[in-house]
Amino acid sequence: MTVDQLIDWFPISATWPGLTFLLAVLICAVPVFLFIAVYALVVIYGELKISSFMQDKVGPMGQGVGLHAWRWGLLQPVADALKLILKEDIIPASADKKLFILAPFIVFIGAFIAFSALPFSQTLIIADMNIGVFYILAVSSLGVIGLIMAGWSSNNKWSLYGAMRSAAQIISYEIPAALSIIAVIMLTSTMSMQGIIQYQSGFIWGFLPNWLIFNNPFMFVAFFIFFISGVAECNRTPFDIPEAESELVAGAFTEYSGMRYAFFFLSEYANMFVVAGVAATAFLGGWQSPIPGIFNSPAWGLWWFMSKTMFLIFVMIWFRWTFPRLRVDQLMSACWKGFTPIALVNIFGVGIWYLTLG
Amino acid sequence: MGVVQGDQMVLNIGPQHPSTHGVLRLKVVTDGEIVSDITPIIGYLHRCFEKHCENSTYEQVIPYTDRCDYIASMNNNFGYVVAMEELMEIKVPERVEYIRVIMAELNRIASHLLALGTYGLDVGAFTPFLYMFRDRERILDIFELTCGARLLYNYMWVGGVSHDLPVGFVETVYNFLDYFEPKVQEYNDILTFNKIFIERTADVGVLLPEVAISFGVSGPNLRGSGVKWDIRKDEPYSIYERFDFDVPVGQGLVGTMGDCWDRFYVRVLEMIESTKILRQALKDIPANGDVHQALPKKIRPPKGSIYRRTESPRGDLGYYIISDGSPQPYRLKMRSPAFTALSVLNEISRGWMLSDVIAVLGSLDIVLGEIDR
Repeated sequence: MTVDQLIDWFPISATWPGLTFLLAVLICAVPVFLFIAVYALVVIYGELKISSFMQDKVGPMGQGVGLHAWRWGLLQPVADALKLILKEDIIPASADKKLFILAPFIVFIGAFIAFSALPFSQTLIIADMNIGVFYILAVSSLGVIGLIMAGWSSNNKWSLYGAMRSAAQIISYEIPAALSIIAVIMLTSTMSMQGIIQYQSGFIWGFLPNWLIFNNPFMFVAFFIFFISGVAECNRTPFDIPEAESELVAGAFTEYSGMRYAFFFLSEYANMFVVAGVAATAFLGGWQSPIPGIFNSPAWGLWWFMSKTMFLIFVMIWFRWTFPRLRVDQLMSACWKGFTPIALVNIFGVGIWYLTLG
Repeated sequence: MGVVQGDQMVLNIGPQHPSTHGVLRLKVVTDGEIVSDITPIIGYLHRCFEKHCENSTYEQVIPYTDRCDYIASMNNNFGYVVAMEELMEIKVPERVEYIRVIMAELNRIASHLLALGTYGLDVGAFTPFLYMFRDRERILDIFELTCGARLLYNYMWVGGVSHDLPVGFVETVYNFLDYFEPKVQEYNDILTFNKIFIERTADVGVLLPEVAISFGVSGPNLRGSGVKWDIRKDEPYSIYERFDFDVPVGQGLVGTMGDCWDRFYVRVLEMIESTKILRQALKDIPANGDVHQALPKKIRPPKGSIYRRTESPRGDLGYYIISDGSPQPYRLKMRSPAFTALSVLNEISRGWMLSDVIAVLGSLDIVLGEIDR
């Protein structure tokens, strides 16, 4: 379902095109927002449980009445969310109030509008733009403005440290991420998300899916560069230096509480979904079935896209509960001296491969 | 580092901060991320330990020693009772000596587990912390089995111990050792030899042997710098000369000798040495014996003074006791190893980054209860 189709369905589209457009966007935005909220609850529960299994504990298991935690602690994230909503919303006296209030929404918007170009299945995409992947890369770095605003307006040294670190980090890691996407665009010669997925249909030797990750060895490397850069852009461990609980208390979010803090939290998880979704689309065939000839309907497409994305999110959670944190200068040198040159060489390699063997 | 000179900013780390290991305040002068000066400000946990002791009888001092280094209470008790027994010239039964060594070494493992686990937290690894706390829990269970307490034991008394070992104690400790020894490899896999962990800790905060000695640093921090100095070996007390164990020292395996990683790894190796001592002690411990046999009716040491130091998990723990012949100490001074370790912080982490200061502080394994007393 794209926005264009929605617009066509409206009988008033000819008379008030602007109004129709607005209505169509709103109709698309509400489900996306609900999706992010539900997905965040699921992933927070997953994070709690996966970390528990990795750490030899049981995690939330409460069996109380009401919203205590229900069976297997299933309602724990709901209780957490309710707690965050009901908490007192504190704005520090010395904070820059306007920026302080605005910052969480800007961070969230950056993650939120990226969803409009994610292809959930063959038919389920809000807007299949011809520059889809470029659009996602562009808007997902919008969040850094919000982070800097949050860090600056809090008028707290820890927040400022966190904001500066995250600005440097997110902007740096945009580059290897974008460079590995360029390799994808070179092969597929399209920037449309659906186009990239359609390029990956079919099978090599009848069984290996023709996904870009299996296309050639350079693409295999590109996938890892993109994914690791994506983890860094989400500020997840081992790249969580902007939050760095043991150093910066909570980084840019130190002064935030209640619902505003929850929005930062929500956008972190939304960002994870965007990164995992783009990685699944660009390298793992998106909604394409990995089994030849079957499970190819749009409903299965949704299943395949979600399972690939969720697997990558699981890997991010796995990272988080395994690795220590890098130092800020090591993070930067890993980006500028490691990933960026490799990604550049990679583009070259993909080009040569394409011209000689492709 | 620090080619570009910017304005300097004073940053207060703590007293409420996730990784100050208690209530320590660090006044840090920073230029961006780079730290140019660190002033530790202590005293937030000051409880007048020494003044309290002057107004308590000698028995009443023991619970106070528990509360100094609350991570290794057994070792703190141990140091005090060893000093007192030397002052009063008491010979304790064999069984008591063995029980004390077993308890002290178990507590050393527990203390190192906490130190290593929280160090993992300091550099951002959450999971090893929980693994180590899981295993420390077993040691605390053993202590609970023995004396009922899990943190502050008041177990070692002048001339004996408060309770004899419970039935099945030796098997319990053997079971623990069988369980624990393979776990050390697990810690090494997940944390010690993790690439990122090595990046974070190797070559960081190098403590040169001369600097360490001139600051009076002791224990694993000193041995991490390559100085083979362990009071259990060099000035044996109790029955430590009977046991066969090595004193691990830092060798700069992945970086420079005396860096954070070396201090970390020395603690890992020391846990293995402690299990060796435990196995020998469990083998040789006399099956029977009255642990209360040598308890003095009245603790009233003759006039005089004594300084005795023992090897606590944090290093050279000394007690200086002056007796005027009354049932209360005239003066009791505790030499805290963590205090000297903290004093070296500015020396070795100046010029490094903010994250490194946290890493160096964690690697020194300080306990504020002992520093502030």
